[in-house]
Amino acid sequence: MTFGGEAPEKYQSLPQGSYTPPTGDRGSKILAPLRAEGARGVWIAVVSTVVFFTVIGLAIVNSSGWPAIKEAFFDPEVFWDSLGKILEKFWRNIFIFIVAEVFVLMLALLLAVMRSLAGPVFTPLRILAAVYTDLFRALPTILVILLLGFGAPSLQIKGVPHSDVFWAIVALVLVYSAYVAEVYRAGIQSVHPSQVASARALGLSRRKTLRFVVIPQAVRRVIPPLLNDFIGLQKDSALVAVIGYTEALRQAQIVSAAEFDFTPYVALALVYIVITIPEARFVDWLVARDQRRRQAAGGV
Amino acid sequence: MANAVALRVEGLHKSFDRLTVLRGIELEVGEHEVVCLIGTSGSGKSTFLRCINLLEPIDAGRVFIEGEEITAPGVDVNRIRQRVGIVFQAFNLFPHMSVMRNVTLAPVEALGMHRRDAERLGVELLERFGLADKAAEYPDRLSGGQQQRVAIVRALAMRPDVMLLDEVTSALDPELVAEVLNVIRELAAGGMTMVIATHEMGFARDIANRVCFLDEGVILEQGSPERIFSEPQQERTQRFLQSIIEAGRM
Repeated sequence: MTFGGEAPEKYQSLPQGSYTPPTGDRGSKILAPLRAEGARGVWIAVVSTVVFFTVIGLAIVNSSGWPAIKEAFFDPEVFWDSLGKILEKFWRNIFIFIVAEVFVLMLALLLAVMRSLAGPVFTPLRILAAVYTDLFRALPTILVILLLGFGAPSLQIKGVPHSDVFWAIVALVLVYSAYVAEVYRAGIQSVHPSQVASARALGLSRRKTLRFVVIPQAVRRVIPPLLNDFIGLQKDSALVAVIGYTEALRQAQIVSAAEFDFTPYVALALVYIVITIPEARFVDWLVARDQRRRQAAGGV
Repeated sequence: MANAVALRVEGLHKSFDRLTVLRGIELEVGEHEVVCLIGTSGSGKSTFLRCINLLEPIDAGRVFIEGEEITAPGVDVNRIRQRVGIVFQAFNLFPHMSVMRNVTLAPVEALGMHRRDAERLGVELLERFGLADKAAEYPDRLSGGQQQRVAIVRALAMRPDVMLLDEVTSALDPELVAEVLNVIRELAAGGMTMVIATHEMGFARDIANRVCFLDEGVILEQGSPERIFSEPQQERTQRFLQSIIEAGRM
């Protein structure tokens, strides 16, 4: 799209506000078919579910290797002991992904805007943004962390921290900005050209049109995919372990090695699950609330 | 009828790629004058209006607003657009903003008006057009007629010298057309200079000081509504009006 307001004339006749973002009631969809089935359907669902999972459970528990697995992965004593130590270091992960996310959201928006600028003058900016996204989407995150985490501190750049974790965060920001920039760009492109035309017709400059009309609508539409990338970033904070920084995964490795037991990994897995699910529900709720406010009760 | 010239268009040409839409439009609109543009779909009415406030770059010709040439090189287009309000067929309200914010955005951000003053102006305008109770609503919760009235108020909030209305009732259900036409009547009564592209011939006859028939990118014929509608001189104008009558729209 362009920000020049030169929207093709044919768009003028299209109705506005017809886009409906997903409301995200993913949980209830699983059980929704039951409402139509009545009491008998509910019974069938209950019985088949119980039978299905019992069979799988029994198959696992009765397998020949189960006692050894149970010992190595589900030792309650090791679990409670390691959980405390892991949680202690998990704050470091939280710090890493919160700080990284803040910078990702800003850098990615800048990249997306750069890439969406119309006009021949902006060609170098567009090229720069395109090359950046291509480059950092091509590189494995772990590789960027290794390169920057081990390489950059030795550069001893003045005024920049030399710590390895600083550079690991930089690596995460660089990689995730490339993905999130594409998400933003999709959002920007989904804003109807007639919106730009009417803002420009009111005498708003390109910059103000972008700021007040295009970006707010674009961001609202891409909140669910943004959350997706945020969860990805959250999980990839564990990759910082590869440069020897003691965050939660590294801590789990240490406890695991000391105890000759894999239970710490299970404990860490549970921590990730427990923090991620409420986030997803929270964003679903936010999106639904925004929609309710904007639209009539009957929907579109 | 009018003394000063509000809008003057000279030799306006516009084409999209190989499709030539406007081939030399000449038009002069006096202050407080209401000019209706009629013509078939594709005759260039919308493009013409969009060229007047520079939403479309023009290929040749000159446009003057209140004597100032706005097509001269180096003219600040944002400042020009603030003096020329345009309302579109599809309303194009900002769906993420309340009605009040839709109305006050441009006065605050483009004119630098203080927010409180802009809101006072907004309340005044919304009241005048029977929308005072909708100030806090979001556009998607309004009927088409209400949305279009808000779009008109939004353009008026910039206190434009000239208003351009581009088939503003074409996207509306028939029962909602009247409320929007009444708003335009009130604007005309208040002395607003307007150029209106419309398919509502009855309305055009009623409100216009002058009617222009656009055909193949030129103003083929113009005159008072009585003359254009009762005794059109050009054969094409006659044929167009005949088809309108046959469609039962006049």
